[in-house]
Amino acid sequence: MTDAPHPRHIPDRLDKPLSSAIFSWEALLVVIAVLIFTVNSFASPYFLDPWSLSDLTFNFTEKALIALAMALLIISGEIDLSVAAIVALASTMMGMAVQAGAGTPVLVAIGIVVGLGCGAFNGLLVTRLGLPSIVVTIGTMSLFRGIAFIILGDQAYKGYPESFAFFGQGYVWWVFSFELALFLVAALIYWFVLHRTSFGRRVFAIGNNPVACQFSGVRVDRIKFILFCLTGLMSGIASVLITSRLGSTRPSIAQGYELEAITMVVLGGVSILGGAGSILGVVLAAFIMGLVTFGLGLLNVPGIVMSIFIGLLLIIVIALPIVWRRLREGRFA
Amino acid sequence: MKNLRKYREIWLLAAIAVLIGLISTRFPGFADPANLRQVFNDTSILMILALGQMVVILTRSIDLSMASNLCFTGMVVAMLNAAHPAIPIPALIVIALLVGLVLGAINGLLVWRLNIPSIVVTLGTLTIYRGATFVVSGGAWVNADQMSPDFINFQRAAFLGLPVLSWIALLVIALFFVVMTRTQIGRSIYAIGVNPTASVYAGIDVGRTKFIVFCISGMIGGLAGYLWISRYVIASVEVANGYELNIIAACVIGGISIAGGIGSVGGAVLGALFLGIISNALPVINISPFWQMAISGSAIILAVVLNARGERRQGRIILRKAEAA
Repeated sequence: MTDAPHPRHIPDRLDKPLSSAIFSWEALLVVIAVLIFTVNSFASPYFLDPWSLSDLTFNFTEKALIALAMALLIISGEIDLSVAAIVALASTMMGMAVQAGAGTPVLVAIGIVVGLGCGAFNGLLVTRLGLPSIVVTIGTMSLFRGIAFIILGDQAYKGYPESFAFFGQGYVWWVFSFELALFLVAALIYWFVLHRTSFGRRVFAIGNNPVACQFSGVRVDRIKFILFCLTGLMSGIASVLITSRLGSTRPSIAQGYELEAITMVVLGGVSILGGAGSILGVVLAAFIMGLVTFGLGLLNVPGIVMSIFIGLLLIIVIALPIVWRRLREGRFA
Repeated sequence: MKNLRKYREIWLLAAIAVLIGLISTRFPGFADPANLRQVFNDTSILMILALGQMVVILTRSIDLSMASNLCFTGMVVAMLNAAHPAIPIPALIVIALLVGLVLGAINGLLVWRLNIPSIVVTLGTLTIYRGATFVVSGGAWVNADQMSPDFINFQRAAFLGLPVLSWIALLVIALFFVVMTRTQIGRSIYAIGVNPTASVYAGIDVGRTKFIVFCISGMIGGLAGYLWISRYVIASVEVANGYELNIIAACVIGGISIAGGIGSVGGAVLGALFLGIISNALPVINISPFWQMAISGSAIILAVVLNARGERRQGRIILRKAEAA
């Protein structure tokens, strides 16, 4: 009874056996990606070409950049449905700046600052007033895109400077586009922040039990506010890329991106209820969605039919492990 | 007065009265009964959809696939009508309800049997159902001249001074009112939203009830599909694209808590009416319709901020009522 307490060793990371890595969500995604890749290369002779593979990445890099920040937000138990509207508003503001004669550096700054500002607005509403993020961001989604509609109406902004085109159309080296390079660097940064810093550990903790975090001295609201700002920031960056790629701004730009970004996050194994997920999974999911849409595009499948495959993929990938577990436990349905 | 404050529907009603008053200062004819009847008729479909969404939200779930369901069912009904104009309209409405029911049941089964969060399931079926519309139609539209006159005119026929569409809306409202306040299933839906764990101990089958609410929202989506197509007389893949968020917005403005358990039939109806009045009023008071989105966005944010106050208290009151009963 009077034993001295054991000097307990608490490891930084738990050792995982190899088998858990093999049966992990990420492994399942890799298998699916390889499968789709193989099917694609047999289905179309144009698929296995460095340049068409490079084109493939343009399909998803912008949404995937948003999905990285969205993953952290969803892990913390919140959600942001206004990201596509932020893209539209930031793009509209850049368009206005172009009409006023702004140069490329100013445009990029405007895109990023508007994104950050919108994210901070969401964050303030959610953390200061304690409102549910899903409703707040449905509201700000209408508000942000509504402002873009008020400014632009049925018009479009054009006439972006030549040097601005680099962000969405330029290549860093051979077939590697600026967009892809930026996405990979951002993914690395987000991976480090989420999986290797105390900030990331707190994000997971908040998603699992915000009340316990509060009592443990974690500044829950501040971290959530930062995550909303990050999501806004990434939407601003995505807005710069997409505006540069299209070379014009309409108020309907990036319509529906919010649901595609969330699909990526969920497909990547992030629990929609918060508290679990990984950046590697999100990156793999982004590539899978890019592969599916591009491969089907090469086969002349219309975009709307592709969305069936994305929807089915989402539900099946989520349902498979559940069905599998039930079958093994022998208590299906 | 204390009693009045408890009911947020009364506040919403007051807000709507103020809104109509403000619009009348710019356009005197707006408060005219004939015009208000017109606004009600224009909002009927949104009201019906908001009620379907409400029962889902009350159980702490969400149905993002309603607009896609509407689009798919509307296309199926329109194609049936174009191919077989002899099918009577009531039969088509039953078919619409059944098709919607099947789509809703798919959502419900995935939520019930596999325990997948409803937001994930319906995010998936949102794209699947709309894609399926393309598959069944081959991307083609069904135009007004392909639809039978009955198909188009059924909802426009006047009956006791109101179009049939308004009567359908009133019927659905009455039906939901009875179900939500006078039946066991209505009580169960509220109970699940307030406290799922306690509901299990009280003998409520939470999964099965969630399945039922998705069947309800599916049937509503199907019914709205026929009404939408026959009202705007065009069936295409683009019908009601993005409308799912308008439906949720109507619920939010109507004071239905996204956290479940709080909300009423009156709230959903008034929330839809609020949005309907705005969209009807903007053109007549010479504000560009491009303002509509920003205005409804601001209304949603304002509604959430106002509703967030005392939401906890409201929840306890419902429990106390149930205890007393």
